[in-house]
Amino acid sequence: MADSHHNPNASHSARSFEVRILRQDGPGQPSYWERHRVEYEPEMNVISVLQRIAAKAITADGKHVAPVAWDCNCLEEVCGACTMVINGQVRQSCSALVDRLLEDRPGEIELAPMAKFPVVRDLVVDRARLFRALTKVKAWVPVDGYYDVGPGPRVSPATQEQSYPLSECMSCGCCLDACPQYLKVEVERLEGESAADFEARANNEFDRSFVGAHAISQAMLFNSHPTGATSAGPRLDALMAEGGIQVCGNAQNCVAVCPKNIPLTTSIGRAGRATTIHQLKKWFGA
Amino acid sequence: MATKRVLIVGGGLAGLAATMKLAELGIDVDLMSLVPVKRSHSVCAQGGINSVNDLTRQQGDDEWLHFDDTVYGGDFLQHQPPVKEMAYWGPKIIDLMDRLGVTFNRTPEGMLDRRRFGGTLFKRTAFAGATTGQQLLYALDEQVRRWEAAGKVKKYEYWDFLGPILDDNGICRGAVAQDLVSMEIRSFPADAVVVGSGGPGLIYGRSTMSMACTGSAASRCFQSGGKYSNGEFIQVHPTAIPGADKLRLMSESARGEGGRVWVPRTPQDPREAVTIPEGERFYFLEDRYPKYKNLVPRDIATREIFDICVNEGLSVEKDRQCVYLDLTHIPRQELDRKLGGILGIYEKFQGVDPRTTPMKIFPAVHYSMGGLWVDYERSSTGGLVVGSPKNHITNVPNLYAIGECDYQYHGANRLGANSLLSCIFSGLIVAPGLENLLKGAKQAAAELPSSLFERSRKQHQSRHDALLKRSGGGENPYLIHQELGDVMTKVATVVRRNDQLQEALGKVSDLYARAKKCSLSDTGTWTNQNVVFTKALLDMFPLALTILKGALQRDECRGAHFKPDFAFGSLTATEPAERRRQAEAWCDRFEANNAKWLKSTVAQWTGDEVEITYEEVDTSLIPPRPRLYGLVGADDIEKVWNQRSAARETAQNGNGSTAPAKLAGAH
Repeated sequence: MADSHHNPNASHSARSFEVRILRQDGPGQPSYWERHRVEYEPEMNVISVLQRIAAKAITADGKHVAPVAWDCNCLEEVCGACTMVINGQVRQSCSALVDRLLEDRPGEIELAPMAKFPVVRDLVVDRARLFRALTKVKAWVPVDGYYDVGPGPRVSPATQEQSYPLSECMSCGCCLDACPQYLKVEVERLEGESAADFEARANNEFDRSFVGAHAISQAMLFNSHPTGATSAGPRLDALMAEGGIQVCGNAQNCVAVCPKNIPLTTSIGRAGRATTIHQLKKWFGA
Repeated sequence: MATKRVLIVGGGLAGLAATMKLAELGIDVDLMSLVPVKRSHSVCAQGGINSVNDLTRQQGDDEWLHFDDTVYGGDFLQHQPPVKEMAYWGPKIIDLMDRLGVTFNRTPEGMLDRRRFGGTLFKRTAFAGATTGQQLLYALDEQVRRWEAAGKVKKYEYWDFLGPILDDNGICRGAVAQDLVSMEIRSFPADAVVVGSGGPGLIYGRSTMSMACTGSAASRCFQSGGKYSNGEFIQVHPTAIPGADKLRLMSESARGEGGRVWVPRTPQDPREAVTIPEGERFYFLEDRYPKYKNLVPRDIATREIFDICVNEGLSVEKDRQCVYLDLTHIPRQELDRKLGGILGIYEKFQGVDPRTTPMKIFPAVHYSMGGLWVDYERSSTGGLVVGSPKNHITNVPNLYAIGECDYQYHGANRLGANSLLSCIFSGLIVAPGLENLLKGAKQAAAELPSSLFERSRKQHQSRHDALLKRSGGGENPYLIHQELGDVMTKVATVVRRNDQLQEALGKVSDLYARAKKCSLSDTGTWTNQNVVFTKALLDMFPLALTILKGALQRDECRGAHFKPDFAFGSLTATEPAERRRQAEAWCDRFEANNAKWLKSTVAQWTGDEVEITYEEVDTSLIPPRPRLYGLVGADDIEKVWNQRSAARETAQNGNGSTAPAKLAGAH
C-alpha cells in the first residue's frame, strides 16, 4: 500500500529539529512557550509533527506534558480546520511541509494559535464568529424548497468561472487573522448564564464587529447568482450595517494570505460599488 | 405534547441533506458533528456526481442503465430496489443541487458539463472543477444555516456521539454525547436518531479519509445491537498520493479527463518520465481493457496497479511502489479549468507540477461499501415506497443510518461519482419516512421519564471517568493505532489470503486487549483530545474484527474482495469445442458460487466478539451475470451465459411468470 514507503531522495539531512509551540491551557489562562524535539522524517508536514508530539508528549527538556491540542480533519487543504500561525504566517498546517519550513528557518519551527480568535486550548481556536458572519450576510440561495421543480437557471461559463473561485472559500479564517481591522472579540460565559443566552449575547457582539473579507466575498457570490440575487438588497444592508464593509481599511492582507487565491479584494471592490449604488437608490427611493 | 425532534449525527452530505429536508417538512432537528459541519469529510470528494442526463439519454442511456451499471459494478451484492430508486432520483438531485447554486462546470451554452467516470460508457458525471464534494457540501451547509437562522435546526458542533439511548424494549429514544470543548456529557432525547457519520478509514491507519472518519459512531451503534453488513468490502482507490500523515486522493476524474496510467517497459527506467518514448511505455490498463481502458471499475484498476508493481516488478521506483498517472498531453488551460483543485493538491504536497511531469500514484484505502445494516420498503414497481419509515432504519427501532455508514447502495464495489449521489439521496429519502414515523408516535421522547436518559448518561460518564483515572505507564493509544493500521492494511485490502486473515484476527484481538490497558497522557477535563481519541480507538476494534472475520469467511472473489485462491481465471483453450466446454464449466462454477455467496454478510456484536450470518440479496430486477471486464474468453463466457439466460426466461414466461429482466451491455 501507498503508506509504507519512504522517499530515498530526501533532501534534508538534519536528524531532528525543534518545535516551539505557544500553548494555553484554556480561555482566560496565560499562554506560554514550550519546546519539543522531533526526529526528522522525509515528507513530513506540520500535522505529522504534531502527531509525533502527541504520541510522545515529552518536551525537549524531558518533561511529561499533556499532548498539544490542535484542530484538523481533511489534511489536504480543503476543510480549513487546521489553520494556525506557522513561523509567523497564518496558514493550514497540513500543507506546511517541514522541508520547506526548515529551508526558510533552519532547525526550528514555531507554532502559535490564530491571533484573532479566542483560544480554546493550545492551537485550537473558536471560530464561531466566522460562521456567524455567513448568517449575517445571508450566504445562501433562497430557493422555494427541495421538491423536484426542474433545473436551475442557465449559467454562462464566464459566470461560472467567476463564481467557482469564490465558492472555494473553506472558512479557514486566514483572511481575518491577517486583517488589521479584524479585532479579536472574546465573549466569556457568565456564571449561571444558559447556553442559549450566552450564544445570543455572543452573536450580538459578533454582529457589531467587522464581518471580514470572507463574508463580503460570499455576499458577492450569492448576489451574482440569478436566484441568490433576489436577496441582494438584504445582503447589501448587512454589509452597510455596523461592522460592515466601511470597516475595511484596504490593507489587502486578506488576498495575500488566502490559501485558495480567492480574489477577495475584487469582491470587496464590487461590494463597495454595490453598497454605494444601493445607498443612492435608497435615498432617491428607487 | 412536547415537540418531537430528530437527532442527526454527522454533518456531511447525507446528514445535511436529511437535516434540510426534515426542516422543510416542519420537523425540528438537532444536528451533531465532531467538526463544524462545513469541514466534514465530504469536502474531499473530488470528481463528480452521476446521473442520467439529456445528452446521454439521446445516446441510449436511461435510469435503468445507470441502475444496471451500479449493480453490475457492485457485483450484484446490493439489494436492487434502493439502487433503482436512487438511479431514478439522480437527475432530480442534480437539478436540486443546481438550483441551490452549486458552481457546476458549464458548457459554452450554459448547460451542465459532464465527464466520464469508471464503470460506464456514458458521460454521466456532473462536476464543479475537481472539488465537487466540497461544492455540494457547501450548498447544503448554506441551506442548513438558513434553517438554523430560522430556528428549525440546532447545531451541536464539536460534539462526540457516544451511543444511542435504548429503552427497556430496545427502542432508540435519543443519544448520549460529549462536548469536545468542555467535556460535558449529556443526553439528547430524540424521536429518531439518524447516523450519517461516514466511513471507518482510520481503522487502516492512513487512508484517503479525514481524521474524523474513525467509524466510532457506527461502531457505537454496532455495540448497542445494530447489525453491520458487508464490512469486508473496503474500496481501495487506484490512485492516491502517498504521504506520511495521509494518503491523498487523486480523483478518478484525472482519468475521466483523459489521464493515462503507465509504467516504463524497462523496470525502474532511470530517465525522466516525459523523455521516455511512447514505444517504451506500457499503458497496461489500455492494453488489457480495450473497451473501458483507464476507466475500468476501481477494484480492477487497483488490482492491476498493485499487480504490475508487486508481481511484475515494473514499479516506477525501486524503493517504493508507484505508477505514472499522466496528464501532460492535455492542454494546461483545460487542465486548470477542469482539474485545477486536485492538481493544486498534488503540486502543493509533492512540489511537482503534474501539468508537465507525470504524477506518481499508488492505491489507498478509500471507501467502505459495507456499513450499518438498514432496511427499506419495496414498492410495487421495484423501487422504494417514498415516505415509508422502514427506509434506512437499522434493526434498532427509531435508529437510522444514511450515507457511507450504511451498506445499502454499492454492493461489493462502488462506482466513481456514485457516492455523492447515494449520500444526498439517502439523506433526502429518509426524511419523509421520519415524518411518518413521528406522526405515528404517541408520545414525544422528551416526555419520557428522565431516569431513562440519566441512566445512559451515567453509564457513559463512568466509562469516561474510569479512563481518566487509569494509572500511568500503560499502553500508548497512538502507537496501538499505528499497529492496528499496519495489520489491517497488510491483510485486508487489495489481496486477501486466509492464513494471513486468520493470523490477523489473533493479532487484532491481542491489540484490542492491549488497547483496553491504554493510559492517557492527558487526564484533564478541558478539550482533552487524548481521551476522545482513546475512546475512538477502542471502538475501532469491533469493526476491525468484523472486517477481518467477514473477509476470512467469504471464500470467493467479489468486487473489492479478492482472494486469489478462489479466483476463476480466464479460458485457456484455443480449440473452439474445448473453449466452449471451458466456458460452460466457468458458468457452472459461477452459478454454484452465487448460490453459495451471493449473500450479504450480517455481523452482530456479542459483547466481546463478532457473530456472522448471511442474508439473501434481492436481485429480482436484474438477474446476476458474470462480471467479465477484461477476462480472456469473456466473449465465449458471455455467449454461454446469454443462452442460459434466454433459456431461463423462456421457461419462466412459459410458467406465466414475471416479465423478463432486461439484460444490458456486459463487460
